Amino acid sequence: MSEGDTTSLPLARVELDMAKCTGLGICESLAPDFFEVEDDGTLTVLRGDVDPADLPAVRDAVASCPTEALRLVAE
Amino acid sequence: VTSETDAPPADPLVIVGASLAGLRAAEAARSEGFGGRVVLIGDEPWLPYDRPPLSKAYLESDVADTTFRDRATLTEELGLELKLGTRATGLDTAGRRVLTDDGPVEYGQLIIATGSGAKPIAGMDGRAGVFVLRTRSDAERVRDALDAAERVVVIGGGFIGSEIAAACSRRAAHVTIVEAAEVPLMRAVGPVGSALMDLHRQNGVEVLTASPVAELVGADRVTGVRLADGAHLPADLVVVGIGSAPSTAWLEGSGVALDPRDRGVLCDQSLATNVPGIWAAGDVAHWPNPAFDRVMRLENWTSAAQQGAHAARNALAREPKAYETVPYYWSDWRADRLQFVGIPDADDIQVAAGAIDSGRATVLYGARGRLVGALTLNQPRHIMKLRALIASRATTEAAGELVRSLPAKAAAR
Repeated sequence: MSEGDTTSLPLARVELDMAKCTGLGICESLAPDFFEVEDDGTLTVLRGDVDPADLPAVRDAVASCPTEALRLVAE
Repeated sequence: VTSETDAPPADPLVIVGASLAGLRAAEAARSEGFGGRVVLIGDEPWLPYDRPPLSKAYLESDVADTTFRDRATLTEELGLELKLGTRATGLDTAGRRVLTDDGPVEYGQLIIATGSGAKPIAGMDGRAGVFVLRTRSDAERVRDALDAAERVVVIGGGFIGSEIAAACSRRAAHVTIVEAAEVPLMRAVGPVGSALMDLHRQNGVEVLTASPVAELVGADRVTGVRLADGAHLPADLVVVGIGSAPSTAWLEGSGVALDPRDRGVLCDQSLATNVPGIWAAGDVAHWPNPAFDRVMRLENWTSAAQQGAHAARNALAREPKAYETVPYYWSDWRADRLQFVGIPDADDIQVAAGAIDSGRATVLYGARGRLVGALTLNQPRHIMKLRALIASRATTEAAGELVRSLPAKAAAR
């Protein structure tokens, strides 16, 4: 995986495993345009498709999930 | 490694402490493209595992395993050299060696991530039925003891004690928290701590405040706890949750500067210690946090994970970067989730939405008009928006407006 040159990265998509997510919200904190925890603690993925420019923040959000409920998959 | 600077070589990168911060350090080194040796030393025999569930779901059920990554992922995919069940006993900074009970380990760059250990109370040693809860082994022992326990006393009404009591209350008939202070959680959340104890009472947990423990009672096995006022609480299981201290005894005399009070590791903004090539991350690290212009030491999951990765990136970088964060932690008490962001050192604490006794609340902490902290009880939609406001140094007034705007937004959907 090449780091740094984000323009060459393919479009990616966020996948949420609702069985694992407990709504701790670290993803929302790191990428608020993509994730929002609702009043009942469920997570809404606001935008599933991730542009290369947003990839570093979303990748950080995915990697930071305490319950490993998020995945990034290449489109 | 070729370098035109005086920077010491990074290979091997040695990480002492194989819990969350240590694992994240190793993962970050690889994701940064570091191809040298990475050695991960841990005193427990287990592969790195997640701790938050240990005082929660782990005690309630047979959720048996919180291991982060299997051995093959660690050794083959990440190419880590694991030295588990190996205790660091000293540090030779001149010879660039970590001393362990399995012999010395040479380092190029070193990350200290040994975390903290649970504080014991007098009379625990050699008395069955009394436990601290820090490690997986501790949690297994408490969980097993809960199979037969009818009366549980939890010493300490902080977050760890509260979580343990809440989990135990699902399995034992009588659970009592005894807290020495008048207001539990005072340092963590301020006077709101008293109201939070009502959550325990609603769960059937008895809470005694201003109740220091005088002694444990029972010969070989604990039979109760005697309080300073003479009261005797019968118990067949006692769990001690009175705090933790940095695990840095192995660094004494090494030249790595330690805090005179708690013996945590003193770092600069980039998590570098006073010794070149040595960094610290997680529970052990004191560092000046630019978000609040003050030196902090945090004992939470979020910062352990981030600091581990940050320290590793800095250890491998020519230009180390400052680590800045608005602290975040959570605590689950049965069905209730508490979340805290920022710091509680406030001159103005106000409930901006809901009420603690209604089971939903958002509490704002202001200092000289700036929002510095926020506590939510079962308000997961609020917390991260408030964290962003703290990071941007917003006013408490702006935070109040945001909180008031959120229910309207929900209704409009």
